[in-house]
Amino acid sequence: MNLVTNNKWIGQRTIRPDGMDKVTGRAQFAADTTMPGQIWGKILRSPHPHARIRSIDTSKAEKLPGVKAVVTSRDIVDFTIEKGAVMLGIQDMRWICRNVMARDKALFPGHPVAAVAATTEAIAAEACKLIEVDYEVLPWSIEIEDAIKPDAPVLHEFNKFEGKPSNIVGRLEHKKGDIAEGFKQADVVIERTFTTRPVHQGYIEPHACLISVAPDGKTTIWSSSQGQFMVRAMTSMLTGIPQSDIRAIPAEIGGGFGGKTIVYLEPVATLLAKKSGRPVKMVMTREEVMRATGPTSGSRSTVKIGATKDGRIVAAHGTFYLQAGAFPGSPIRGAAGCSFTPYDIPNLLSEGFDVCSNRSKVAAYRAPGAPIGAYAVECVMDEVAEALKMDPLDFRLKNGAKEGTKAAHGPTFPRIGYIETVEAAKASPHYAAPLGDGHGKPRGRGVASGFWFNAGGESSAQVNITEDGNVVVTTGHPDIGGSRAGIANICAELLGIDYRRVSVIIGDTQTVGFSNLTGGSRVLFASAMVVTQSAEKVIQTLRERAAKIWNIDPEAVKWEQGAAHPASPNAGQFPPLTLEELAEKAPAMGGPIGAGVQLNTQGADGGFGTHICDVEIDTDLGIARVIRYTAVQDVGRAIHPGYVEGQLQGGVAQGIGWALNEEYIYTKEGKVDNPGFLDYRMPVCSDLPMIDCIMVEVPNPKHPQGVKGVGEVPLVPVMAAVASAIYNALGIRFYSLPMSPPKVSAALDAGMKQAAE
Amino acid sequence: MADIRYVAPRSLDEAIGAFAAAGSAARILAGGTDLLVQMRSGIVKPGVIVDIKGIAEMTDIEETADGGFRVGAATSGMALYEHLRFGKVWPGVLEAVNLIGSKQVQGRASAGGNLMNGSPAGDSVPAMIAAGAIVTVQGPNGRREMKVEEVPAGPGRTNLKPGEILVSFALPPRPPGSSDAYLRMIPRTEMDIAVVGLGVSLTLKDGVCTAARVGLGAVAPTALLVEPAAKALIGTKLDDAALEKAAEACRAACRPIDDKRGTIAYRIKTAGVLLKRTTAIAAKRAAGK
Amino acid sequence: MAKIHVTTTINGEPMEYLCEPNDTMLDALRGPLGLTGSKEGCSSGDCGACSITVDDRLICSCLMLAAEAEGHELRTIEGMAHGEQLHPLQQKFLEHAALQCGICTSGMLVASDALLRKNPDPSEEEVRFWLAGNLCRCTGYDKIVRAVLETAAEMRGEIKEAAQ
Repeated sequence: MNLVTNNKWIGQRTIRPDGMDKVTGRAQFAADTTMPGQIWGKILRSPHPHARIRSIDTSKAEKLPGVKAVVTSRDIVDFTIEKGAVMLGIQDMRWICRNVMARDKALFPGHPVAAVAATTEAIAAEACKLIEVDYEVLPWSIEIEDAIKPDAPVLHEFNKFEGKPSNIVGRLEHKKGDIAEGFKQADVVIERTFTTRPVHQGYIEPHACLISVAPDGKTTIWSSSQGQFMVRAMTSMLTGIPQSDIRAIPAEIGGGFGGKTIVYLEPVATLLAKKSGRPVKMVMTREEVMRATGPTSGSRSTVKIGATKDGRIVAAHGTFYLQAGAFPGSPIRGAAGCSFTPYDIPNLLSEGFDVCSNRSKVAAYRAPGAPIGAYAVECVMDEVAEALKMDPLDFRLKNGAKEGTKAAHGPTFPRIGYIETVEAAKASPHYAAPLGDGHGKPRGRGVASGFWFNAGGESSAQVNITEDGNVVVTTGHPDIGGSRAGIANICAELLGIDYRRVSVIIGDTQTVGFSNLTGGSRVLFASAMVVTQSAEKVIQTLRERAAKIWNIDPEAVKWEQGAAHPASPNAGQFPPLTLEELAEKAPAMGGPIGAGVQLNTQGADGGFGTHICDVEIDTDLGIARVIRYTAVQDVGRAIHPGYVEGQLQGGVAQGIGWALNEEYIYTKEGKVDNPGFLDYRMPVCSDLPMIDCIMVEVPNPKHPQGVKGVGEVPLVPVMAAVASAIYNALGIRFYSLPMSPPKVSAALDAGMKQAAE
Repeated sequence: MADIRYVAPRSLDEAIGAFAAAGSAARILAGGTDLLVQMRSGIVKPGVIVDIKGIAEMTDIEETADGGFRVGAATSGMALYEHLRFGKVWPGVLEAVNLIGSKQVQGRASAGGNLMNGSPAGDSVPAMIAAGAIVTVQGPNGRREMKVEEVPAGPGRTNLKPGEILVSFALPPRPPGSSDAYLRMIPRTEMDIAVVGLGVSLTLKDGVCTAARVGLGAVAPTALLVEPAAKALIGTKLDDAALEKAAEACRAACRPIDDKRGTIAYRIKTAGVLLKRTTAIAAKRAAGK
Repeated sequence: MAKIHVTTTINGEPMEYLCEPNDTMLDALRGPLGLTGSKEGCSSGDCGACSITVDDRLICSCLMLAAEAEGHELRTIEGMAHGEQLHPLQQKFLEHAALQCGICTSGMLVASDALLRKNPDPSEEEVRFWLAGNLCRCTGYDKIVRAVLETAAEMRGEIKEAAQ
């Protein structure tokens, strides 16, 4: 595979093709769309954390003037538990079905129970209040330790763990060597237990959709989602409408981070639209988003690492309990599979446990599971390094995974860039800089590393030459990070034309071939591959057209700088034929010039990052602030450096929030107490410093441009980097997140009391 | 569904008429930064919304002949900030009002709305209490004055009588050597509701504190005037012992709760920390005068 | 409920609409006025995605009743560019990659514009505190702050005023 090393557009900070619409307010997000005759849908949600639904009476709601349709779970296709798993990607449709609308049991406060469509939002909301639901309230549990107690109320009675009905609904393990033997060789062994709270992806745009169903079943869906093909498939499976009748159009998406890789509203809105004969618009309120979508798992992890006195890790054991919420599916794969992966450990056991409890079903959040596991592993790494009196980066270098290392989750690594990220961190201006004077506030520095699998997967693209000699590229994945900019750069590079002549659009399910979700840090990797192959086919066509005109062999034609040239003086003396000229001649020369490619792309490699964090602590108030941050990452090839940096900076900001202030808080009644941006405390502009990025490029040899996925790794090391920095400042290790002011203050007071005794 | 009406009276009498006539179904609209949020979440369902921003007395800022200020209850934080003199005389009150929410919120939110919303954590209240503000209220039975610390009755409740509207705040003239300050503890740098809020207003003469008032918020069902804290400062040079005594008085005055914003222990400790820091700022400002 | 008829000025143009008494200005903008550039992220004044200015004052349009617009001058994101001519802030946001998903961008630009009109020479800290009411989850704010600071510097260096 030819690695593109030409730098005219690749690596340039071009203006993204969709940027103009976004800075002028013209971009159409799902809630901005309208259709004539549209009405509004609203969902009735369970007030109870756990309840059997004995009956639902919608008659009063149906009679309210303005109400056009009512939907309950009876209208939704059932995926019965007994028939076994029905997988769509990593989602089991039995759970998606029940998450979209409760069937026999409500499993969390906010669980949809019924839905109404009416001529105004106010009438739809009023009608929901008229629906009478007979609940048998049941005992509930939310936290992992409560859900795994022997007498805990069981959410799914059919599920057994070790022979008994249980809320532990899944387990996986990765094993290498023999940890019992390994720990015997260790001079230093550190074992710690960590807890984290559920945190939400925090996208600013609530879920929204607008759906129209014609009398013949032809369905049009505008929705905010990370995968229009997933929307089509899930909606089809839950409504019975064939996929070929559903056109799922991806609106511009206002943030996803994994939280929009499943559907919540679309099947319900489709059924309301079908029943009412009117287009139905549904937009979640912020409160609904916080109560009933995502968040990621709360967790309880125990990590034990043993090393010899010369700094070699000989054994490690990790046990990761992750909260799945109402239905199975917490990201134990990420926690168990990624957390030890930056290191070459001869004896390893990494176990993940999936635990159900009465809160909303977990949704993917940027490297799902990996940040949780890395927080635990990287903090223990820091303690082991300290016990060994080794610099924490040197400790990582000594044990770093390289080409040939067998990772715990199976593969043997090809050429990877982990060591390079540690070396770059060590050599960075940040690492060399003194902490500076905090004027009474202690300062500290911490480091951490992280890994994420990344993915390849199905992608389709078309590259078509317009009649006036420019390019339209249709890709299949919603753009959540700036992928259109990267694709434009690549296409311009390949065709040798100005990038402004390339238009990149995202097709819908009826205008582009199947493309898998936007997620897994895969969009640029996968779409670049199919765009490259499409462009290569187009170039081949262009060469053939020129060859025909010149009456020479196509092999004697080369394509360079946007034109066909004779490949050598022997081929003949012909002035170049530009893209515009060939486009103009196309009808006479054989027809339209364009090509499409559909692939299940392979060759995606995992990504590594190493971060450095400086904090300053107001000890009287317990407030920790991040004052300097550097994220180093092996990015393969930065096709558009600005948007690659953007991924690093965004992930770091989310991790700082997770480390310091973000958490789901529950009332005594089991309801979310902070379902809004006031008390769910995400970082604001004044909370953060500039976030410096060092992009290490170790190109992926299996990709035409050397691309590696970059979007998810940036979140993985952050919480441990912040925690280690706080330890460096205060001498206090925090084994639970968030490290919010009351907790830091209490820990400082406890420490002072100990010192005073 | 209930009918809802919006009225925008041009005079105080008209406003009182409309407000009183609708009884408990009426709500005053100043900046709307509490009311609209409560309406959206369904906590409040007004029958009549009385928009008082068209009444000059409610949005004016006036310097009185004796050097005091009269600030209309619906004056936005931004308008207060833009006044050329107010912030120089009352920097603490100004910063308290302008810590409410974001710049967007400060474009609308008012000290009057903040006080009348009755949140124990309202940022402007401890600073107004420290300033010794007197509020003018007017209702069907006429006009009267109240000390600002007498207004809050509990979470979400005030001591105004039915039909009364808060009209303005009167801030007293400042002797030379006076200034004030307000600090709050929030976990982020902006946008949070105060976990503890504390205002100090004081007068220094030759380095000795001759007058002081301390207002403390978010640690009890209402914001508090902490007289023992002020007593501990008056007559001293604000030395460490005096500050610690005042801090202890603030800690003792707390009757906080554990909630999603803070714990009892944390709030009590923080009240003491803020007393010392806020006093230091007020003193530095006062010494500069 | 009887609807209220409102006459107002938006982006320099006289406009009128009907609204319910309890509709917010954001509802009016996104509904009858078809100005969907202002976004709804929270409806509680905590995210700033709905930012507009009213008589030059920066506010959250979700915290204002639609009825209150009568007789006032409003500016929204749709008024920032003039035909093909982008405001310098909009251009700088594009150049700096100061947006990813774009949902916060309208509010961020309106808020930044309000800042530079008030303070043409803000420090990084002043920019950060001014924009604290505009949540962004994608960018970590770094490139946004850089774009605003560079725009301010460029605008101070220019002799001609930007077109009104």
